[in-house]
Amino acid sequence: METQTQTVKKANKVATEKMTGAEAVIRCLLAEGVDLVYGYPGGAIMPVYDELYKYQDQLHHVLTRHEQGATHAAQGYARASGKVGVAIATSGPGATNFVTGIADAQIDSTPMVCITGQVGSHLLGSDAFQETDIIGISTPITKWNHQVTKAEDIPTILAKAFYIARSGRPGPVLIDITKDAQFGELDFAYEKCKGVRSYKPVPDTDPKSLEEAAKLIGNAKKPMIVFGQGVILGEAEEELKKFVEKSGIPSAWTILGLSALPTAHPLNVGMVGMHGNYGPNKLTNECDLLLAIGMRFDDRVTGNLETYAKQAKIIHFEIDPAEINKNVKADVAVMGNVKNTLAQVLSLIQPNTYDSWVQEFKDYDAIEYDKVIKEELHPSKEALSMGEVLRGINEETKGDAIIVSDVGQHQMIACRYAEFTKTKSNVTSGGLGTMGFALPAAIGAKMGAPEREVVAIIGDGGYQMTIQELGTIFQTRVPVKIVVLNNDFLGMVRQWQQLFFDKRYASTEMVNPDFVTIAKGYHIEAKRVTKRENLQNAINEMIASKEPYFLEVCVEKENNVFPMIPTGASVSDIRLE
Amino acid sequence: MKKENYTISVYTENNIGLLNRISSIFMKRHINLDSMTASQSEIKDVFRFTIVAKLTEEQVKKLVGQIEKQIEVIRAFYHTDEETIYQETALFKVDSKLLFEERQIQNVIKNSNSTIVTVTPEFFVIEKTGRRREVEALYHKLEPYGLMQFVRSGRIAVTKDKMHISKILESFTEEAV
Repeated sequence: METQTQTVKKANKVATEKMTGAEAVIRCLLAEGVDLVYGYPGGAIMPVYDELYKYQDQLHHVLTRHEQGATHAAQGYARASGKVGVAIATSGPGATNFVTGIADAQIDSTPMVCITGQVGSHLLGSDAFQETDIIGISTPITKWNHQVTKAEDIPTILAKAFYIARSGRPGPVLIDITKDAQFGELDFAYEKCKGVRSYKPVPDTDPKSLEEAAKLIGNAKKPMIVFGQGVILGEAEEELKKFVEKSGIPSAWTILGLSALPTAHPLNVGMVGMHGNYGPNKLTNECDLLLAIGMRFDDRVTGNLETYAKQAKIIHFEIDPAEINKNVKADVAVMGNVKNTLAQVLSLIQPNTYDSWVQEFKDYDAIEYDKVIKEELHPSKEALSMGEVLRGINEETKGDAIIVSDVGQHQMIACRYAEFTKTKSNVTSGGLGTMGFALPAAIGAKMGAPEREVVAIIGDGGYQMTIQELGTIFQTRVPVKIVVLNNDFLGMVRQWQQLFFDKRYASTEMVNPDFVTIAKGYHIEAKRVTKRENLQNAINEMIASKEPYFLEVCVEKENNVFPMIPTGASVSDIRLE
Repeated sequence: MKKENYTISVYTENNIGLLNRISSIFMKRHINLDSMTASQSEIKDVFRFTIVAKLTEEQVKKLVGQIEKQIEVIRAFYHTDEETIYQETALFKVDSKLLFEERQIQNVIKNSNSTIVTVTPEFFVIEKTGRRREVEALYHKLEPYGLMQFVRSGRIAVTKDKMHISKILESFTEEAV
C-alpha cells in the first residue's frame, strides 16, 4: 500500500529523466553546486568514473595519488571555501584509505561528503574481492553514513548527505554505493533536502540565557573571551568583531579559531592552549568571566580540568548540545549558531573597556617576547629558526595568505607566528593531529580559494607521509607554495623525549632524502636554504612565483617550542623554558 | 560519584547500522552494558532501544547527549530504577522427568508465580517475568535440579512519569523525512 507522502510526492512530481545510478551520482553533485571532486578510481566505483568522464566539462575531478590525499584535499577545499568537500574512492582499500581523513574531518567539524563504491549487493557479506564493511568501519567517525543498494535511492540519500554534512555542526558523511546500484536505472529528479525529522541542526536559543549572559558580562571585572572554529563555521566573524569591540573584552583564539579575528586587532590577545601564548593561558585562571564562543574545551586547551578557570563564571556559546558541560561546566549555556546569538547578546550589553585588565595581557606579552619570541623571530644563533621563516612569510604576504600547516613543532610555530588579516586563513589538523595533512590540504585550499596565496608549512616527517601528492600538484599545476622546515627530526616527539624522557631519542632522528631533487623530479621549482642571508630572497621568490614552488629551509635541529603547558598541568603552570 | 543503574530509552528511526552507532558510543568510553533491548515503540516506524548500565549521573547525561546527537536518533532519556517500571523475562528448560520425580519443583513453580509455557515428554519450559532478583531467586531454586537451558532477556521498562515523545514526533510527521 502506498503511504500518503508517497502519493503526494507522485502528484507533485516534476519531469524525471531515466538514467543509471552512476549518472545520478554526478547529477546530484551538480545539483548541490559541486564543481570539483577529489578521488581515485577502482573496480567498484568505475561506473561513476565513466560518468565523470562524460561530465568532465561540468565537474572537474582531481586525481590524487592516494585516497587519504583525496580526503585531506577535500578538507582543505572545505576549510578555505566554506563549501562541502567531496571525495570519491573505490571499495575495500580505497575506502579504508579514507579513514584518517574522515576521522580528521569529524573531530575538526569539516563538511565533507565521501562517496565509496561497494561490491554488488548480491556479494555483500561474502568476503568478495575488495569488499570491506566501510559502513561499520566509518560509523564512529562520521556524522552520518549510509549504504545505498538501489539506484532509485541515490538522489534522496545524496541530498540528505549534503544537508547533514553542511548543517548545524558540520561533519563528514560517507555514502557507500554498491556496484549494482550504480549500474541500475532510475527516474531521476532532484530535490534538495530541507530537513531530517530526527535531526535538529541548530538548537533553539533560550532568550533567558541571552539575558543571563548579558547580566554576567555587565557584572564582570575581568572578563575574557576564548573563541574557536564555531565562529568561522557559523560565518560569524563580523558579529564576533562587533561583540569584542563593544564589550571591550580581551579575546583569545583556539588553534582552529585562528584568523576569525585579525591578528592585529587590539583586543586579540593570542592563542590559548598547550603552545599558546603566555598571557591568555595564565589569565584563564584569573579572569572572573570566561566566554567560550564556538569552542569545545579540548584537553590541549584546558590542561588539567581540575584547575581550569575554577574562579570564573563560564558562558558557553555553542551549537552542539552534547558539548555543554562535557569538559567544563557552563554557568550559562547559550545554544544556537553564534552568528545569531552573538548578535542578540550584543544588543543587550553596554559598551565597555577594561584598560588595566587588558594591560595584564600586555605585561605577559612583554615577558613572553623577551623570553621566547625575540629569539624565535630574530635568533642570535647562527642556525635558522622556524620562527624567522614565518616572520619572512608574514613580511612578504602581509598576512593575506592561507597558511596550511601539518602537525608538530612547525605547526605550533606557524600557528603562533603566522599573521592573519582575513578569515578562513588557517588550515591545520587540530583535533586529530594528522601528520601528512598539509600537502594534500594545501592543494584543496588553493582550489577552494584560487585567488588567495596558499602556503603550506610542513615538517620533514609529515611531508614524507603524503609526499606522493607532489604528483597531484605536478599534474594539476595548482600553484601552492610548499615550505618544509627541515630539522632532520620528528621534532615535537624529540622535544618531549628531551623534556620528559631524559633525551632518549627513540626513533625520532630522520635520515632524509634530497627533497629538492624529489620536487624537481615532479618538475616543481625548488630551492634549499641553509643560511640566513638567503632566506628572505628565497621566500620572496617563492611568493612571487605563479607556479607551484618548493622551499626547503634547514633549521636548527634541536630547538624547542615554548611556551608549553606540560600534559596534565594547569594552564597557569605554562612554562617559558 | 555514586554509580547506579540507569535505564536509557532511545527512540530512533528504524535503520540498519543504528545499533552499531549507539553501541559504539558506549564502547568508545569503555562502558559495559548490563543489557540492551530493541523493539518497536508506541509510535509507528519508530524504534526503541532500552539500555541498562551502571553509571554515574554525570556519565549518563553525557552519554545521552552523545546518543541524541546521532542523526537518526529522535530522542533519548535516562531514568533511575525508582523512576521506572521494569521487568525481565527468563525461560528455564527442565527435564520432564523431574516434574514427576521431584515433587518439590511443582511447589517452586507455584510459589514463584511462573508459568509453564510448554511440556513435552522430554522437557518442559518455565517462563518467569519479574525483577532481576525474582528471576534470580527462581534460578537458584531450580539450578540444583539441573537446568537443560536458561536464558534471560534484557530489561524492558516504561517510566512512571509521562514521556512526551509522542507529542514531539507528531510535529515531525509534517516535516520531510
